[in-house]
Amino acid sequence: MASTFYNEILTEHNINPMHKHPVNGANLTLEGVNPSCGDDIILKLKVNPEGVIEDGGFEGDGCAISQASCDMMLDLIIGKPKDEAMRLADIFLRMIKGTVTDEEKDELEEAGILSDISHMPARVKCAVLGWHTMEEMLNEDADGGQEEKAKQ
Amino acid sequence: MTNEDREIRSHFPILSDENLVYLDNSATSQRPREVLDAVEEFYRTVNSNPMRGLYEISIRATEQYEEARSAVADFIGAADSSEIVFTRNATESLNLVAYAYGEAFIHEGDEIIVSIAEHHSNLLPWQILAKKTGATLTYFECSEDGAFSLDAFKKILSEKTALVAMTQMSNIFGRLNDVKAYAAEAHKYGAVFVCDGAQSAPHIPVNVTDSDVDFFAFSGHKMYAPMGIGVLYGKKDLLEKMPPFLYGGEMIEYVQKYSATYAEVPHKFEAGTVNAGGAVGLLAALRFMKGIGWETIEKREDELTDYAYERLTAVPHVKVLGASDPHDHHGILTFTIEGVHPHDVAAIMDEHGVCIRAGHHCAQPLHKHLGIMSTSRASLGFYNTHEDIDAFIAALAGMRKEMGYPD
Repeated sequence: MASTFYNEILTEHNINPMHKHPVNGANLTLEGVNPSCGDDIILKLKVNPEGVIEDGGFEGDGCAISQASCDMMLDLIIGKPKDEAMRLADIFLRMIKGTVTDEEKDELEEAGILSDISHMPARVKCAVLGWHTMEEMLNEDADGGQEEKAKQ
Repeated sequence: MTNEDREIRSHFPILSDENLVYLDNSATSQRPREVLDAVEEFYRTVNSNPMRGLYEISIRATEQYEEARSAVADFIGAADSSEIVFTRNATESLNLVAYAYGEAFIHEGDEIIVSIAEHHSNLLPWQILAKKTGATLTYFECSEDGAFSLDAFKKILSEKTALVAMTQMSNIFGRLNDVKAYAAEAHKYGAVFVCDGAQSAPHIPVNVTDSDVDFFAFSGHKMYAPMGIGVLYGKKDLLEKMPPFLYGGEMIEYVQKYSATYAEVPHKFEAGTVNAGGAVGLLAALRFMKGIGWETIEKREDELTDYAYERLTAVPHVKVLGASDPHDHHGILTFTIEGVHPHDVAAIMDEHGVCIRAGHHCAQPLHKHLGIMSTSRASLGFYNTHEDIDAFIAALAGMRKEMGYPD
């Protein structure tokens, strides 16, 4: 019979997400959408002047994979510097492409359970939605920051 | 599985895999051996470019292609086989009407009425046409259970109405629309009636002469023929006054350096080398359906829909879209299960070997109208069995628990 991909860790993050809530004092917000699936999240981060992600949360709707993946991502990156979050996002996205070492995968903690997505092409965009949204948001923030510096 | 089940399924090579539970027939059907053989036979024995019959096999290829056209005309009750245009699929057929008829005969100030239950293929061409021409696009809405009201339709028709686009059978609800009645009302205002028959043609007898629709589009691949062959029926006087859709080989009468005259209908609309192999496959599919017979097809699909509807509605937390009478579903059961996203539903079904569709089924405006993001859909064909439904229900019944809910 089928060996389910929907294990307890994934379903727990889907049904009882830790980070699906508004964020007080969030200074970065970005919506991520998969139009073909209807996955739709709004990711919010509170990043302090030292560049550390102090808090984060998300709202929205989508399949279990998109929701659990986003929740596990926030588990991993809250309390870490932006650069570290970007490095972990890179590892996650490479894991989904199937090009990652076991040591790197371990760094993703629970999010590592999504590595099988690399064999489920139809669900890749669900798994990466939160991560792509965070990457885009932090990249934009970095660009914006540089522009401000240039003005000075 | 009954003896009849076994006999019918033995025609379909893919169904010999007993672990495959195929319930995505509204997306595409499976193909019987007869169709696969006919396509191979065409390429093995008469393959040549049809319509230019200067030698034996090309003459025979042309004959087979035209025989397919006659069989299609017969299948949908068209008066004349020249009213049958071969296309790639229903989508191309509907685009052909929007481009060739629409751009010539729809003008600024005209109104196009589109039913809200349309598949994107009978919606986007009209949305684009309205933008290009300055015509108004009006949606004809259905009730929450997918029913349309003829009285409501009469109220939105006006002297401005130039075209009405409506499906004979929604790919979400499976409900049959009385297109004969709607076409008659549209005709009172001189509007043409474009009917999407992609879901109806495989499941019920269609007669375009009786329903008096002006255009009727369907796909071969949803009715046991190969992918890549579709049909546009158009009334001859309309097809004749329309400009060509695509320009090139096979569709001309005479070409000069700065002008050209075009072939007669339907060849005017079949530019380039045609999909004769696909048409021959469609011919074989029509013969296969005739061999099974409408009585058997409809009886099996009706009975199985009844059974599936009864079992599906008995699963806790499941809501079925559309009519509460299974006879109005024609094998299409679109549903939601509370707390489980449709893509997860389809993925878990897949883990149990059950193929269903999930998402918006190319009908986003309808989902918005119903206030739902997305749905799951099981759709039956006459080769499905009670065992298929049982496997589907078993996977569904355990789904919420599998997703971590207490019940």
